[in-house]
Amino acid sequence: MTRNQITHHLTDALLMAYSAGSLPEAFNLTVATHLSMCDECRARAAAFDSVGGAMIDGADTVELAQDSLAATMARIRAGKPQRETPVRRAGLFPAPLRDYVGGDLESVRWRPVGMGVKQAILPTSRAATARLLFIPAGAAVPDHGHRGTELTLVLQGAFCDEVARFGPGDIEVANEELNHTPVAEIGADCICLAATDAPLRFRSLMPRLAQPFLRI
Amino acid sequence: MACITAIRDHGDEAAFARLFAHFAPRVKAFLMRSGADATLAEECTQEVMATLWQKSHLFDPTRASAATWIFTIARNRKIDALRKQKRPEPEELPWGQDPEPDQADVLALQQESDQLGRAIAALPAKQRELIEKAYFGDLSHSEIAADTGLPLGTIKSRIRLALDRLRHAMK
Repeated sequence: MTRNQITHHLTDALLMAYSAGSLPEAFNLTVATHLSMCDECRARAAAFDSVGGAMIDGADTVELAQDSLAATMARIRAGKPQRETPVRRAGLFPAPLRDYVGGDLESVRWRPVGMGVKQAILPTSRAATARLLFIPAGAAVPDHGHRGTELTLVLQGAFCDEVARFGPGDIEVANEELNHTPVAEIGADCICLAATDAPLRFRSLMPRLAQPFLRI
Repeated sequence: MACITAIRDHGDEAAFARLFAHFAPRVKAFLMRSGADATLAEECTQEVMATLWQKSHLFDPTRASAATWIFTIARNRKIDALRKQKRPEPEELPWGQDPEPDQADVLALQQESDQLGRAIAALPAKQRELIEKAYFGDLSHSEIAADTGLPLGTIKSRIRLALDRLRHAMK
């Protein structure tokens, strides 16, 4: 995978929650996919993991079962040694996203949501939703606001909204205050991974009617 | 540190027993504070420690301390066992692990880990408690707000202050 010039990164709050393990699955997936593309956030995430390490090292202790060590050794002997190391594969999607899609871009089962925009909802827990979005070059996603938090990670192409331009690897963290109309740049179709913890709020009537059916 | 490489290279059971004696009671406490009962926490602790052995070839002492690595295994087991969810992890780095890491890098990481441990211990109690709740209680900021009765803004600013202090201490 080529390294991207990434200018929009994750917040401390999200990185800490990812490290602590308190984010919904759809957010974990989006964060893990961004970390796969962004060395800077990967290093920051490692720093938050080391806070977790220091916490566990300094934690109180609880008494173990009497045969705890022996039982663990028995588990080890019963298990197979895992010597395989993960393989990197070429393609658009980083490994965590590929796991959820079941392959790369060609395996995505797109559904049209209108105006050439397509989406595919990925299987995660219901606390939040992860979806792939396909926005044709030059097209717009309808103007919408958010009740909760929305993360949008660009995988290919680029989009601009009222805030800034987001290219490959960039992640936009949007909250309740932001109403925006992402528009894909001319040149390449834009493919994003987006996670939302509450339904999006469209400002014009049509998308709002469609919302319960499309699960946007 | 040296314990994990001894397990990886020689299947050293004595080294494993030393790591186990230190970390297993802490991992169990961590899982119980996250909501597991004693039986589930004991079972998961054994699984976490067994995973440490089985995946010791993936441990890189220039990238993480033993405590950090065990924390990440325990956290992932917690999400799997308590929430019944997968934990998506970032793609492995292309260069992978160095079988013969530079001892100076290993030592530097060890010193930084010790420094971080001291900096966390030195945080004002109110700030440290919130970090503990975030890591051990498996709580989001708004859940911490409900749990402590503190306003969300106060929680966010205390955590921010705590992180600023840690950054300053690590300079």
